[in-house]
Amino acid sequence: MDAIDFRTDPSRYRHWRLECEGPVAFLTLDVDPAGSLFPGVELKLNSYDLGVDIELADAVQRLRFEHPEVRAVAIRSGKDNVFCAGANIAALARASHQHKVNFCKFTNETRLAIEDASEHSDQRYLAAIGGPAAGGGYELAAACDWLMLVDDHRSAVSLPELPLLAVLPGTGGLTRLTDKRKVRRDRADLFCATEEGARGRRAVEWRLVDECVPPSSWDAKVRERALALAATSDRPAEAQGIALPPLERKIGDDAIAYPHLRVALDRGRRLATVTVTGPTQAPDAAEIYRQGATFWPLAVARELDDAILHLRFNEAELGIIVLRSEGDPAAVLVADALLDERADDWLVREIRLYWKRVLKRLDMTARSLFTLIEPGSCFAGTLAELCFAADRTLMFAGTRAGDNRPAAILTLSALNFGAYPMGNGLSRLETRFLGEPESLQRARQIIGVSLPAEDAAELGLVTAAYDEVDWDEEIRLMLEERASFSPDALTGLEANLRGAGPETMETRIFGRLSAWQNWIFQRANAAGPEGALKLYGTGRRPKFDPERV
Amino acid sequence: MSDSATVDYDGLIPNNVGLNADPRLRRALESWHPGYLDWWRARGPDGFQDSLVYLRTAIGVDSDGWAKFGYVRMPDYRWGILLAPQVEGRTIPFGAHKGEKAWQEVPGEYRALLRRLVVVQGDTEPASVEQQRLLGATAPSLYDLRNLFQVNVEEARHLWAMVYLLQKYFGRDGREEAEELLRRRSGDRDSPRLLGAFNEATPDWLSFFMFTFFTDRDGKMQLQALAQSGFDPLSRTCRFMLTEEAHHMFVGQTGIGRIVERSCAAMREAGLSDPTDIERVRALGVIDLPTIQKKANLHFALTLDLFGGEISTNAANVFNAGLKGRYREDKIADDHVLTGATYAVVRLRDGRIVTEEVPALSALNMRLRDDFAAEAAAGVERWNAIIARAGIAYRLRLPHVAFNRRIGEFAGIEADPDGNLLSAEEWQRRRDEFLPSAADDAFVASLMRPVTEPGKFAPWIAPPRTGIDGKPGDFEYVRLAG
Repeated sequence: MDAIDFRTDPSRYRHWRLECEGPVAFLTLDVDPAGSLFPGVELKLNSYDLGVDIELADAVQRLRFEHPEVRAVAIRSGKDNVFCAGANIAALARASHQHKVNFCKFTNETRLAIEDASEHSDQRYLAAIGGPAAGGGYELAAACDWLMLVDDHRSAVSLPELPLLAVLPGTGGLTRLTDKRKVRRDRADLFCATEEGARGRRAVEWRLVDECVPPSSWDAKVRERALALAATSDRPAEAQGIALPPLERKIGDDAIAYPHLRVALDRGRRLATVTVTGPTQAPDAAEIYRQGATFWPLAVARELDDAILHLRFNEAELGIIVLRSEGDPAAVLVADALLDERADDWLVREIRLYWKRVLKRLDMTARSLFTLIEPGSCFAGTLAELCFAADRTLMFAGTRAGDNRPAAILTLSALNFGAYPMGNGLSRLETRFLGEPESLQRARQIIGVSLPAEDAAELGLVTAAYDEVDWDEEIRLMLEERASFSPDALTGLEANLRGAGPETMETRIFGRLSAWQNWIFQRANAAGPEGALKLYGTGRRPKFDPERV
Repeated sequence: MSDSATVDYDGLIPNNVGLNADPRLRRALESWHPGYLDWWRARGPDGFQDSLVYLRTAIGVDSDGWAKFGYVRMPDYRWGILLAPQVEGRTIPFGAHKGEKAWQEVPGEYRALLRRLVVVQGDTEPASVEQQRLLGATAPSLYDLRNLFQVNVEEARHLWAMVYLLQKYFGRDGREEAEELLRRRSGDRDSPRLLGAFNEATPDWLSFFMFTFFTDRDGKMQLQALAQSGFDPLSRTCRFMLTEEAHHMFVGQTGIGRIVERSCAAMREAGLSDPTDIERVRALGVIDLPTIQKKANLHFALTLDLFGGEISTNAANVFNAGLKGRYREDKIADDHVLTGATYAVVRLRDGRIVTEEVPALSALNMRLRDDFAAEAAAGVERWNAIIARAGIAYRLRLPHVAFNRRIGEFAGIEADPDGNLLSAEEWQRRRDEFLPSAADDAFVASLMRPVTEPGKFAPWIAPPRTGIDGKPGDFEYVRLAG
């Protein structure tokens, strides 16, 4: 498969159409059957692969930034007799295990982004289910605020994964049934074991959808519901959106360069080093709208997001990501102050929420994350989150002989205390200090203070501080040791340790996906030569190992 | 259980399935019955409910017992539940369970698949009755009127057959589905019938004959495939339904044949040699052959859509599971398992129509469709023989499978009846060359005037060669009420 590119825009969509009509946008799924990322796979019945979902993620993102006037988004199908048949099974069967897992992760992030848009950006989502919605198709709908199902006596919603494919719904379907839609567990059990799902009155009675609408009043009702959802939003009708032009990116054999970020690829050491550059000049409040996508906090968020996705999908063997920064911490803090003071501005709100999602994407990335705070770095405020997202953070104490860059400092801003909650609903610092609330208190008191390595270590904000004598050797040993461990065990270890604190629907979705789905995907009952996933489409029956584990 | 070959006429519902000994099923059917009669009155033939119709009723399932003729008012027709006799020791003839004992009860693992098969088949039966409900008002003769009603009551009995399976074998879900079969309505926007062709209008008798020729033939193919089922009650039900379905085919084959015959005769009488001189042919009060061709194009394409996608996981599943076989599975000489076999499928590849070998299991819809097309082509040749005998230089033919499709490989493209791909604009421009235009429909509609005198026929259709049940030409097949 060619390298997967996450950069797209509506003029290049093959599978979606985005149409805005005042406060309402219609996002129409009309999958091009010949447009699969996998050669020879036919995307029948509005089934999707990663390529389809990349466009969806792009549309959801653009709606937030480019269309402040859009208050409600109606997701509908452009095909007559189907809403969406879910993830394409032939594509899944052909994909490697790591692609499948990354695909599920990405689609989950996109559905959570839909829920985030509704909850925090007041951009509500309506699922206009005008035909059968199976598996991932129903799960996509379940991410929306309001589900309307056409009552034509034949269209059903269903989660047929278990009876049909011997796997589980992969995009939070089970969790949203019980936790979000609060479907009774026995009914959920029946629903998930019934291939054809539920339609009409039963679907409403079981809370699988919010309403059923006859075809004759369908179009009018979709519009009416979309407008009603729009009325619950505070998005500014008169604001001008900002364009998100294509990211500038150069990919070489061992380096990827963006305007504010570069990635060095060291395949020998299975290492990707991501270096973020701070703002070249202190951002100015008056300039936010004029700069738009080049406004430093937004530009860096986009580049970091793209880099993470690129590494996840296209560089599976680079098991370690080292995070670095270069620049003036004071300038980063000016940007943070802007994001803090103008939090009520719709665009600033979007930028903050985007950073939240990018950082969560990092949290969910199955690579060892090490942040190195070195002389000349600018880990302050928002960028300091990269220190708290990492599995370990090492800080350089003092300076190197002959190096005239300033000593490494770490600075907190107000944004480190709640602007960027993790999936568990807590800030990274809160999660870090779950067992020592006094450390969180102390951290609050040093907002804006430039902390040298010794202080940062003392405050528990970094893992360790090393001076010139030890630094190179300690870092080398740490990276070499890490690269020698089992990649699988590391993925599990890191996910466990990063996921401290309370459970939320989001943590449950990812936790259960990793624990159950990824296990089932590996088992012979699904993926073996006689497994359901492998045999799907051939008509042949899977052979199950009867042993319950 | 009573002897399955004997029909019990004592109860409300004639049957050979021992209904009296099965109070649960009897209760279910008896509670469904009033709703069924309401449906028949509201959605069955319009305006002839009190007429006496010379109908065939099944009184037994053996070869000489299933066709008893007599006058009956349609609402009093003895719809019932009749299964072909059980074959001792029958085994599952194909798929992964080949050679195992045929199922007498629904296997749990296939409950959903089987129910779906029965519901889809069941939904088509009342649909065609609904589609044809207004045709009685314009019947070209009492003979044809009677044939229409015979088709209608038998389609309705086929509904009974499917309802029996749902209620007997599928529990509460089955009972709900049985109710839904009465609730959906052909062509209704809010609760349409499940399959596209069964929501199309049947506006005139030419359409009716085309429907019985093409679409009822799809029904026959599906029943033939289901008659092979390893689920024995389904197999037995469908085997008996097939004896009735043959008559529907006969109505379509001879109906179009008689129209063709009359058109050719009229042209000859008037000395017209050019069958494409539509205006002059129509002036004779008969239907021109090019319009018949266009109607055939329409109905053939609509019917092909009923076979589903050329490559179908579902078709593979139901075959492998032993639930639905191929047409005449028992006559095919292969392993009946098909896991290693391939089948040639016509596909669209990079804008071209090509033939590809694909795994035979996933190509079963295509195979059934090919069997259908071969049979339909043979029927068309019988019409061509009539044209040839009249000395007219014209041939009717089936359009290419890519023509005017809404389902499957060719749903996204346009093609002419020869299979040449057309742009959307060209299709729009030339559509009326291939399919009946509004003017064609209006002309056919203008001919639709009822003829109710015994022995007389509308001027656009020839009389049949022989009567039903050996009756003479002037037999009063329908005694119209008051």
